Amino acid sequence: MKHLISPLDLSVEELDSILSLAQDIMDDPDKYSHVCDGKKLATLFYEPSTRTRLSFEAAMLNLGGKVLGFSSADSSSATKGESVADTIRVISSFADICAMRHPKEGAPTVAALHSGIPVINAGDGGHNHPTQTLTDLLTIKTLTGHLDNMTVGMCGDLKFGRTVHSLINAMVRYPNVRFILISPDELKIPDYLRKEVLDEKNIDYIETNNLEKYLPELDILYMTRVQKERFFNEEDYIRLKDSFILDAEKMKLAKKDMYVLHPLPRVNEISTDVDNDERAVYFKQVQFGVYARMALIMTLLNLSVDK
Amino acid sequence: MLNISGLNQGVVIDHIQAGGAMKIYEYLNMEKLDCQVAIIKNAKSNKMGRKDIIKIEGPIQIDLNVLGILDHNITINIIENDKIVRKHTLELPDEVTNIIRCKNPRCITSIEQELPHKFKLTDRKNRIYRCIYCESKFKGN
Repeated sequence: MKHLISPLDLSVEELDSILSLAQDIMDDPDKYSHVCDGKKLATLFYEPSTRTRLSFEAAMLNLGGKVLGFSSADSSSATKGESVADTIRVISSFADICAMRHPKEGAPTVAALHSGIPVINAGDGGHNHPTQTLTDLLTIKTLTGHLDNMTVGMCGDLKFGRTVHSLINAMVRYPNVRFILISPDELKIPDYLRKEVLDEKNIDYIETNNLEKYLPELDILYMTRVQKERFFNEEDYIRLKDSFILDAEKMKLAKKDMYVLHPLPRVNEISTDVDNDERAVYFKQVQFGVYARMALIMTLLNLSVDK
Repeated sequence: MLNISGLNQGVVIDHIQAGGAMKIYEYLNMEKLDCQVAIIKNAKSNKMGRKDIIKIEGPIQIDLNVLGILDHNITINIIENDKIVRKHTLELPDEVTNIIRCKNPRCITSIEQELPHKFKLTDRKNRIYRCIYCESKFKGN
């Protein structure tokens, strides 16, 4: 059985196939509206996340399926001390597929080891968030037409920002992708990503704390929020939270066809005066996320529709 | 001079970093062995200054490769009929369970005590293991 725990669980071919399916769904959603009739998705959210949970639920409902689940650890049997392994064994009897978000890293891996149904990692602490990566890739591919030959800027919290780690891991597999990694020194990408992914694969990248300098070179700017919940020390959070703010003035430095992505929620790192800029696609990205999750659910359940 | 009798048959784990013998005794669960075990601490060594040595008498079934993770300077001599018949070369195992523990406070193993601590070898050259759950790094000594 196939699970999706890390973005690297999918080969480039599998990834391309999911993205193509998502684009086909986008073109003709009605064709797919009954493909999951009679199927159930369990959303096991041990940590609140309105957007991701509702995106999964919308995806399943769009496919004609039904959803069940919980949206915080308080309303699950985790409060009684039940392990992830036991919970997933039980849920396997209720649903056909599940999406799990957990504050602890590796929890979905534990679930996958004991599950009778496909497990989708919907975010595990600061570790992985593969469906956000699918969303990001679908957004970039649909808007630019390709995933190779581009300069991608990543800005903000690159240390704890799991969406950044996952996107880098996924994009290094495409030829001639260059990264500009913009962050304060304290929030640079983790060492393993630098040494074992970027250096190991001879990827061209620059680490900097100067957004304005590199903005004109970028084809994609991926902004991230400095996440309060990832800090053990509130002082560090307050010191770093306003490091980089993208506003309309800075957008003047960017290419006419550069796109600004953000995994959301936004706090203040993108000023609202950027929202009406055509290059700001972070709200479109949310819609792409639903299509990406629809394609993923179909793929993991081995479902298809007649052409 | 402390005198420990020679081994007729058994295993000598030598060149253990001084102070490390008890850790190895625990990792290899030697308390379960019913043969003679000698732990020599702070023995003089030309190469290391001071070192620890463990001598185990008799034929034993222990996976010694895990020692490679803990201390790669360790040498292992297999003794039969009063002679060293083989020097065991430590090979890093591809996967280890409950030998090293994940220290990442964000890892699922930090709250689920009964989960086995499993690590996979991801970089043999640099002796790097990663937790199978959170992918945190452990680098062998």
